Amino acid sequence: MNQTAQILSIYAADTSGVCSALFELGGMTVIHDASGCNSTYTTHDEPRWYRGSSMMYISALTESDAVMGNDEKFISDLTEVANRLKPEFIAICASPMPAMTGVDMEAIAFDVSHRTGIPAFSVKTNGMHSYIPGAANAFEEIVRHFCEPAERRKGKVNIIGATPLDFSLKGSVESIKQWLRDNGFEVGCCLSMGCTLDDVRAMSSAEVSLVISSTGVKAAEYLKREYGVPYVKGVPIGKSFSRVLADGLRSAAAGQEASPLALRTGESIMAAVLGESIFSASMAAALALDKGISARVIETVGESDLSVLSPFDLSAPDEDVCERELAKHSLIIADPLFRPIAGKGRFVPLPHEAFSGRCFERDIPDLINRELTFLKETGL
Amino acid sequence: MLKPINGDRAPRPVKLTDAAFPAPFAGGLEYNPPARGVWNIVHTAMLIPESHQIYVCAQGCLRGVILTAAEMNAMERMSWVSLREQDMWSGEMEQRVVEGCAHIIDRLPSHPRCITVFLSCMHIFEGCDFRVIQQSLSELYPDIDFVDCYMIPTMRKAMSPEAMMYRQLYKPVKKLPTDNSLVGLTGTQFTFDKQSELFDILAAAGKRTWELPLCKSYEEYLSLGSAEFCISTQPTAYASVKELNKTLGIDVLYLPLCYDYDEIESCYDKLCERLGIVRFDTAPYRGAAEKALASLKETLGGRPISIDHTATPRPLGMALLLCEHGFNVKSIYSDVFIPEERAAFDKLKALGADIDIFPTLDAAMTFAAPEPDSSVLAIGQKAAYFNNTDRFVDIVYGGGLYGFGGIVSLCKLLEEAARVPKDTRRVISHKGWGCESCL
Repeated sequence: MNQTAQILSIYAADTSGVCSALFELGGMTVIHDASGCNSTYTTHDEPRWYRGSSMMYISALTESDAVMGNDEKFISDLTEVANRLKPEFIAICASPMPAMTGVDMEAIAFDVSHRTGIPAFSVKTNGMHSYIPGAANAFEEIVRHFCEPAERRKGKVNIIGATPLDFSLKGSVESIKQWLRDNGFEVGCCLSMGCTLDDVRAMSSAEVSLVISSTGVKAAEYLKREYGVPYVKGVPIGKSFSRVLADGLRSAAAGQEASPLALRTGESIMAAVLGESIFSASMAAALALDKGISARVIETVGESDLSVLSPFDLSAPDEDVCERELAKHSLIIADPLFRPIAGKGRFVPLPHEAFSGRCFERDIPDLINRELTFLKETGL
Repeated sequence: MLKPINGDRAPRPVKLTDAAFPAPFAGGLEYNPPARGVWNIVHTAMLIPESHQIYVCAQGCLRGVILTAAEMNAMERMSWVSLREQDMWSGEMEQRVVEGCAHIIDRLPSHPRCITVFLSCMHIFEGCDFRVIQQSLSELYPDIDFVDCYMIPTMRKAMSPEAMMYRQLYKPVKKLPTDNSLVGLTGTQFTFDKQSELFDILAAAGKRTWELPLCKSYEEYLSLGSAEFCISTQPTAYASVKELNKTLGIDVLYLPLCYDYDEIESCYDKLCERLGIVRFDTAPYRGAAEKALASLKETLGGRPISIDHTATPRPLGMALLLCEHGFNVKSIYSDVFIPEERAAFDKLKALGADIDIFPTLDAAMTFAAPEPDSSVLAIGQKAAYFNNTDRFVDIVYGGGLYGFGGIVSLCKLLEEAARVPKDTRRVISHKGWGCESCL
């Protein structure tokens, strides 16, 4: 049965995706919600929260305000705090209750911006979707509001789709930056881990964007559409696929089509890689090139970028379907919380913060541009 | 609301002598401090032995509860049904809940004795009929007790989810033949500190106690139905636990956790009256508390103390006890005080206590990050975090400490906290004080 799980975890929600995407940019992000969205995000989805100074809040919606449509309470609270704390921008998003009562979030953002003189915008969420559309919408909005026309810089690469939900604070994002430098690129804006709003403003000066998660696709498309910055999808996992991906960036920068993730043939599949599509497809490509292991991607979020999947891959966000599919594989690479449905195949745990939160955070490896040593314990 | 100091973003407190009661601060946007010891509905419902939890709500709401179970290493007791847009408008919510639960139950390795089914704000706003759900599920699975539970934080003006959870926590309990030797200690997640003279009084009357955290089986849990009467000490829980009187005809005696000697003695008078025994001589226990406080004062001297509202439902009462014994209570972190704190508030005011009151939820608290300061001795996780100290007493909801014996134990904890530093980040990141954790 869909949308039901007997034992599996669930991915971080769209509201967490918004907060995670905007965490480092100096704005104030507010979820229109009673309570719960904030503690869930700050406990399980945001490893930067402790001693962080990001302005992320909830509106503390009450039943009477929800029923009576008292939007003025939310507007005046946003205005009061914004005037007091002076954020660079104000982003608001909705949980299920405002979605259910039909609160006009865009109008509220417009009103708050008018009252405070601070740029404000609404990011589309309703608490019923995964982090991917939430973060994707947030990235797109921040680029739409702040990116400015700029002169193109040769060799400059944006990294788009970086959040701890997909790339925990275990060095992966820094390794991606280093890998770019090692390949002769200049690192532009890394949206959004280790970047500022000024970096966002200058994103149009990049020659190409590297999309490392499905959360980055919409912003990359916007940059392509508005400023002609092409993009390439992929995560530089392993040694060989990292080279392929670097070549893809060079090709894209030269104005050629590049689809590094399309190299898999689907012959003699033994392994399944579960998770977000761009990361998983990159892992599958790395397995093929570095280890000679043919792997299939089982996309388990349900809202990843499906265009990177091959015909032999599958999107299976439901527990039942996923369990049936896993029974077909002798090697499974997935977050440890998938283990109960993994059947008899050899299970290689690869924690994904967006799924298991901080449970296995300490075990998340940095796989960027290096040997796939995390497989060694399994004898592969 | 708080105002920034000198144009920066750091919060400024309100002096207790100037503070309004019970709400010193205006509400507004809310910050979430990273102190995770306070229990949520998952932790509390897990106390029912041999039970399973099913949450039916939106993904955003599910995430927090599912990962609470994951961190408790209890995923085998947790399942979910995720609601989407189409579920809001289909008019088939009851059917969706029943079908979702049935699907999950059919996949479970064996039937649990009890299933707590958690509905959400969406169900309440839609007018979902839980009686239909419960009836349908009970017909399908007559061997399982189904309990309607609620994760409805939007209902801020009504009963809090925590209080609601306490009300439902004992719902499967049925009236059994009365066991005159059994007294239920209800409405608390933790076992009571056995240092408390409460146990001596009960023992003097030939009573033994029932405590939910000590129940190992569902049968043991159900044995509450035979209790002669129950005791409740937590204000949040009492409003709910007293329902036991309506549903099972079991008296619930409210003996609130407090720190005022006279109030403690008045609680024991009430208890002795209910037990039908002569007034208990509390003088030795009171003397022990006095001695412990004097000894602690000698150790701590004028060291600043900070208390938060998660450490005890009565931070003002605790502060008054300490101030009256010469301690230097410097700050209290609380967004609101319970009505029962009025007397302590007035007394502290009359004493002219120089105490700063800080909120914990105000947006400006994002920037309350002073340099590490081990000189501050905190009571509670939020006070530890906001003071950036590694010297703190790690308790929530009073930590099971009660009465004069509880004061003695508190003094021991304070002395130990002053002496032995803690890894504050690690300790307060642990979700659900006292619960198992995979972290």
